[in-house]
Amino acid sequence: MGVTILDPTREAQAATRPLAERAGPPATIALLDIRKPRGDVFLDELEVLLRERGHEVERTAKPTFTKVAPPDVRKEIAERCDAVIEALAD
Amino acid sequence: MAPELVALVKHDCPVCDSVLPALDAAGVRVVSQSTPEETQAQAQRLGLAHVPEIDTDLALSEQLDPDAVPAVVLLDGEREEGRVEGLQRARLIELAAQAGATLDLDGLPEMRPGCASLTRDPEVAARLAARAARRDGRLRAREVVIGELEDVHEALFARGVTDGLPVVPPTPERVVRMLEGTSRDPQDLVGIVPPYDGRATVEKVAINAVMAGCAAEHLPVVLAAVNAACKPEFAWHGLIATTHPAGPVVIAFDTDVGINTAGNVLGQGTRANSTIGRALQLVGRNVGGGRPQVEDRAAHGQPGKVGLCFAERSEGNPWPSPYDAPTVLLMALEAPRIVVDQLAREPEGLAASLAPALESVAHPRQRLAWDALLVVGPEHARVFGEAGWSREQLRQRLFELTTSPAGDLVRGAGGSPEGIERKWVSDPDMPVAKFASPDRIQIVHAGGDAGLFSMVFGSWAAGEIGSAPVTEEVSTWA
Repeated sequence: MGVTILDPTREAQAATRPLAERAGPPATIALLDIRKPRGDVFLDELEVLLRERGHEVERTAKPTFTKVAPPDVRKEIAERCDAVIEALAD
Repeated sequence: MAPELVALVKHDCPVCDSVLPALDAAGVRVVSQSTPEETQAQAQRLGLAHVPEIDTDLALSEQLDPDAVPAVVLLDGEREEGRVEGLQRARLIELAAQAGATLDLDGLPEMRPGCASLTRDPEVAARLAARAARRDGRLRAREVVIGELEDVHEALFARGVTDGLPVVPPTPERVVRMLEGTSRDPQDLVGIVPPYDGRATVEKVAINAVMAGCAAEHLPVVLAAVNAACKPEFAWHGLIATTHPAGPVVIAFDTDVGINTAGNVLGQGTRANSTIGRALQLVGRNVGGGRPQVEDRAAHGQPGKVGLCFAERSEGNPWPSPYDAPTVLLMALEAPRIVVDQLAREPEGLAASLAPALESVAHPRQRLAWDALLVVGPEHARVFGEAGWSREQLRQRLFELTTSPAGDLVRGAGGSPEGIERKWVSDPDMPVAKFASPDRIQIVHAGGDAGLFSMVFGSWAAGEIGSAPVTEEVSTWA
């Protein structure tokens, strides 16, 4: 007979979602700065490249890199943009 | 319906042997705690006309819950009218008479204590307690059966629920025993654990505390630590996800569960220290889902991320406890480093020695973004105590001594590009504090008797932009 143990995990199954439709071009793309030093340098470059390809760009930022983006930031991105690029930098 | 007499026995009990022939002859219902084979053999050995029934899964024994067998119980439906445990000749005859049975106990002694009921066997009792906990809804976690051919330790590694060290298999019996460490309902919510927002119930925390090697008495401290870690201002999500090496450090005040406060206080060798912090980290991994190199993006981490817990030392402490009741202080901290000063005998000089170590947290030029924990060793604390310096006074002085002129902190000064942007510096002599305020330097008294040392921990990104120290009273979770 085996050993019975109790599951130490949260016992959750990750929900599977289909990939979203590919956006554009043209699309409105949010660039979310997580507020790490020099993240803006990277995002500036990305913005130029996206605009060259005919996309609209919305720049937005988290209040601090240490915490998840607040609901209003997420809601605004979802309402105004087709896609989001969350940019980490270090 | 007349009351029914039922007798619980077991095969290896001489007192049961002595009364069984009389019970058998009187037609009393006899139920055995032993296996069918053992019971059959006992019936044969005693020449009984009827082989006793088997108490399958010890259900009747659990219900009647005798200390000893033979246990002869008079039942009127569900209601118990009387019972005799062991051999008490006169009372047994009288009890049987109430059920209309005549017991011939001639030749037997007037009194003999019985044998311990099988339900009093510690292993069986634990199994029954776990079964009752499941039945009552106190245990709700999914049961996972590790196959007979699997090594349970290897199986737990393979399922990804460990920190790389062996864990104690969290059997229902061990978890029920762990839950005896708290009066809280096992289904009470302790906190929502990031990054995947797992619900840490008391039961889930107890499971992970078993795995970490905790004793039941440690559970309230673990629960308080988990609750503290889930407070929004602690920012556990970011702490798990950061590239920084910090992890949660549990600092206990005025607890009485054997947490080492003295020699090797930050090291190995004491169960409470080694397991309480580990339990918190296992909750983070298993309930929250934060796995190293997956959600936990630490570039280096640090050894204390296996789990780190210690307590303030009361013996020789020149400072009163900062808390009114047993409390857990939780901080997001990197690994500690030593500050050696074997010469200072005056508080001012010693503070001047401690300050540079505090100022170098993260980087000497990084300002206002970090907290620190200073663990003052007893021999250093004595210097402050003899001079009458309070904890607050030391904190204030360290705050002042960790202030530097802006000109020394600008980017490029001394060849290092790290530092304050030049455009923010109008006056190079302007003093710039290391810490946002004096209370961002936490001070704890701990360590061994000998050694003119203190220890400095740097924090993760601190305060509102990161993680603030959080506290929780242990009694809330006792």
